[in-house]
Amino acid sequence: MIRLLLRDLRLAVRAGGGFGLALAFFLIVVVLVPLGVGPEAALLSVIAPGILWLGALLACLLSLDRIFALDHEDGSLDLLATAPVPLEGAVAVKALAHWLTTGLPLVLAAPVFGLLLSLPASGQPWLVVSLALGTPALSIIGAFGAALTVGLKRGGLLLSLLVLPLYVPTLVFGAEVVRRGAQGLAVETPLAMLAGITFGAVALLPFAAAAALRINLR
Amino acid sequence: MSIWQYANPAKFMATTRKLTRWLGILAVVTLAVGLIWGFFLTPDDYRQGSTVKIIYLHVPSALLAINGWMTMLVASLIWLVRRHHVSALVAKATAPVGATMTIIALFTGAVWGQPMWGTWWAWDPRLTSFLILFLFYLGYMALWAAIEDPDTAADLTSVLCLVGSVFAVLSRYAVLFWNQGLHQGASLSMDAEENVSDVFYLPLLTAMAGFVLLFVALVLLRTRTEIRARRLHALRLRERMAA
Amino acid sequence: MPDLGKYAVEVLSAYAGGLALLALIGGQSLLRARRVARQLRQAEGRRDG
Repeated sequence: MIRLLLRDLRLAVRAGGGFGLALAFFLIVVVLVPLGVGPEAALLSVIAPGILWLGALLACLLSLDRIFALDHEDGSLDLLATAPVPLEGAVAVKALAHWLTTGLPLVLAAPVFGLLLSLPASGQPWLVVSLALGTPALSIIGAFGAALTVGLKRGGLLLSLLVLPLYVPTLVFGAEVVRRGAQGLAVETPLAMLAGITFGAVALLPFAAAAALRINLR
Repeated sequence: MSIWQYANPAKFMATTRKLTRWLGILAVVTLAVGLIWGFFLTPDDYRQGSTVKIIYLHVPSALLAINGWMTMLVASLIWLVRRHHVSALVAKATAPVGATMTIIALFTGAVWGQPMWGTWWAWDPRLTSFLILFLFYLGYMALWAAIEDPDTAADLTSVLCLVGSVFAVLSRYAVLFWNQGLHQGASLSMDAEENVSDVFYLPLLTAMAGFVLLFVALVLLRTRTEIRARRLHALRLRERMAA
Repeated sequence: MPDLGKYAVEVLSAYAGGLALLALIGGQSLLRARRVARQLRQAEGRRDG
């Protein structure tokens, strides 16, 4: 499974693999928002938690179809399904690779983007913490969506329609952590909920995604 | 003889032929009685004025929006476990009906809130939850439409329904958390169940009965259509292969 | 028509919209049912004929 992880990482980092794409997209969103809503720092600092989380969400969404589509096209997905490694494990590893190349860079770069959107300094650590806790959920939920649509030729839009509603709890609690943290309020509840959702999703969704893959590979 | 005999499509079709029509007629009559009673023959509410009349549309449709999804969930589970095609098609048939109920609930709910909130839309926890539910319905229907093979579509949409149900519940709590600070008092007037006096209660029950009957009639009708559509699909495939 | 007072617009639009949506789903269900039944009859006719 380590080899699978390394292989996926290598594929992602290679040209056209979409490694920097998520970061670039995040940057674009962060630039476009003030252009859209006006440069007033007071307004930006209020909406910054939501915008940053939305940007992370959309950036993760971008590279989701790559999780399985490439392997499906060249037949290696069939091989994975019949390999001695359990398919659930392979799914988890692929989601991990997705997170390492999409979510993790976002977590690390987020403070800079927070600065651009006038996020109060008190919110910065909570931004990093909430993204660190929440982006793995985005990756595994996205993997589930990708497994559902792997057989479709242009399933990108459908994938977004399926996955974005599933992102709602993570988005709500994640943004709340940053918002409350920025205001100096208690963050235990949304933080706990965010963590709970991530752990639950990581534990259970590989099974659902593997089931969907098996259905599609029949 | 158990309910499973209706898992046989032929038996299902035979049984539902007359049932659907009579249920439909009964539904329209009951609904008309309930709505006419509620609209014309009930007084205004002390606080809400004549807008309380919207209750006869809003409460039943909201209930069925939820129950529509629950029907899909149960039907999906039965399909996954027992592989009865009728069950899978019941789930498929219910989705548009449930989605319509959701829109009715959203629309009437928003309009009802207008006098209270001064705007035609507000991100009240209940309305927001129903909006998210509508998105779940849309995704489910879109997945059915996107997949060619009927059995694969049935399987994938069932899995989506299962996972979606968990996240729908999570979203409900998330949205409550997200908006619990605001409109604590005002939005409770939406929860009309708490202080519905008798004079509203009976026409409301009638309207609910009408809605439920209509829901069942539509689901049966649409399931019959899906069963026929499936046969049609198979026949056309065979025609194409023979050609 | 009962005296709807100052909320006439809201109540009437709620009813108009709600009933229209019910008619929509009911009508579409019926029309599709008839269309598919007809197409099935034709297909079975082609198979048997």
